[in-house]
Amino acid sequence: MRTLPSTQSLLFAAALLLGSGWGQPGHAASQKLVLTGASTIAPLVSEIARRFESRYPGTRIDVQSGGSSRGINDVRNGTAGIGMVSRSLKPEENDLRAHTIAWDGVGVILHASNPVAALSQQQIRDIYTGGIDNWKTVGGKDAPITVVNKADGRSTLELFLNYFKLKNSDIKPHVIIGENSQGIKTVTGNQNAIGYVSIGAAEYEARQGAAIKLLPLDGIAATTMSVRDGTFPLSRPLNLVTRGAPEGLAREFIEFARSVPVHDLVEAHYFVPAGVR
Amino acid sequence: MTLWRHTISSRPGYADTLTLWLSRGAAGVAAAVVLFILLFLAAESWPVLRHIPLLHFFTDASWHPGEGMYNLAPMLSGTLYAAAGALLLAAPLGIASSLFILYYAPPGIAHGYLRLVELLAGIPSVVYGFWGLTTLVPLINQVHPPGASVLAGVLILTLMILPTIALTAHAALSAVPGEYIRGAVALGMSRWGLILGVALPAAKTGIAAGITLAAGRAIGETMAVLMVTGNVVQYAGSPFDPVRTLAANIALEMPYAMGDHRAALFVSAFVLMLLVMMLWGLGAGQGESNDG
Repeated sequence: MRTLPSTQSLLFAAALLLGSGWGQPGHAASQKLVLTGASTIAPLVSEIARRFESRYPGTRIDVQSGGSSRGINDVRNGTAGIGMVSRSLKPEENDLRAHTIAWDGVGVILHASNPVAALSQQQIRDIYTGGIDNWKTVGGKDAPITVVNKADGRSTLELFLNYFKLKNSDIKPHVIIGENSQGIKTVTGNQNAIGYVSIGAAEYEARQGAAIKLLPLDGIAATTMSVRDGTFPLSRPLNLVTRGAPEGLAREFIEFARSVPVHDLVEAHYFVPAGVR
Repeated sequence: MTLWRHTISSRPGYADTLTLWLSRGAAGVAAAVVLFILLFLAAESWPVLRHIPLLHFFTDASWHPGEGMYNLAPMLSGTLYAAAGALLLAAPLGIASSLFILYYAPPGIAHGYLRLVELLAGIPSVVYGFWGLTTLVPLINQVHPPGASVLAGVLILTLMILPTIALTAHAALSAVPGEYIRGAVALGMSRWGLILGVALPAAKTGIAAGITLAAGRAIGETMAVLMVTGNVVQYAGSPFDPVRTLAANIALEMPYAMGDHRAALFVSAFVLMLLVMMLWGLGAGQGESNDG
């Protein structure tokens, strides 16, 4: 996966796209497709793209990460053929069409040694807004809570805020993190921390021996299983979005990304394939 | 063609002319790069500066770009706390290390110690950051949660800039003319008197330059700081409070920023650049006053 976040490089990619004979019928030898958007989806899609390229020689799929909002923008202004968006489309984005390729859940994580086994929605909201600042209040030991929040602009943050009906400025964090792995490391190193990360990533790290545990939400265990059967409440679709109905190479790629032959890749990234749900 | 005859008094040969123009070219390119970076930052910041006055970047309630609040002042303070703390620790330690190598350690140990410091200078910042996140932060957390704090940032930065200060101080002290040292010894000065009265004053320009260089690195360091300081946008009340530095702010949010948010991050970069330029100006002024 290449990460080229600046507009200049995207314009350059667009120039390549225009100059490469894209859209000329019968010129399949140099077909090219650009995808930009969510960093959650980009690693998965790059692998799907590699498999697609080897299956259809002469095609070239370029995948660049840079956030869901960038994916939306690039599809709207035509810089990218397909955008990657790690959430449902908003009402004001109804000019675009979403094609779900997988599901991802966001889970609340604690240090494995924390005796607290479950938290209610209201308790999590109070912890994040500073109303509860000691584990004693929610049945844990007498120790101050370290609140781990995500940096502005991340779709995990957006999903979390929406679900708990919070504004980012209401949250009183002690640590702000970027990537999921940084969040998991932070909680591993602090017995009194609470954070939230992608369930797939947390499950994987826990299996590798990281000292974290995923909390159930509304009584439903936070596992890839519960995300798969649709019962876990804090989950999100991973979408490929296009302007109108996809055509040509874009349509072929989306069909391929939703097909059974790539389910092993989706599962390898700890997501849940869309068809299974 | 007549230009160089005015600037160089004697009649230069062909090689001199070539060297003159090559060095002028190189200097021009270096100056142009800095100028272009400034222009680029200004151009990228312009979309947000056009409808949000510059003052808002210092008077807004906080930094919540998603909600239209863009206060950079807490991050400016965070940057200065972390860098100043690191300099306060690293400058005496670095100078002491170089004095140890030159005047106190037996030759074998001095050589080994110097290699060790050079090795320290070569460790990539992300390694320091990773070590900080998995070892230093949990350690500080035992004393005072949450662990991710100004203190963690200061300690990591100290480790990172210590070699720079030690090595430049070592070079500056080694360059003190031998006759000064021999003269001092002939006068019967003690070792400490020689260091304080002769070596350090003679080497102070070089040492100051090293400290300026280290300060630049401390202010601009991104990855290691991002991993250990907690990145909460606030004015730190104690060394155990988390802060966010300007450089960390850019790295943390740039991959996902759009529109005004993105332009506001370029404003942070612009402020960071001005800070480094101010520091450079101070360093240059210091160097001149030392020479004069």
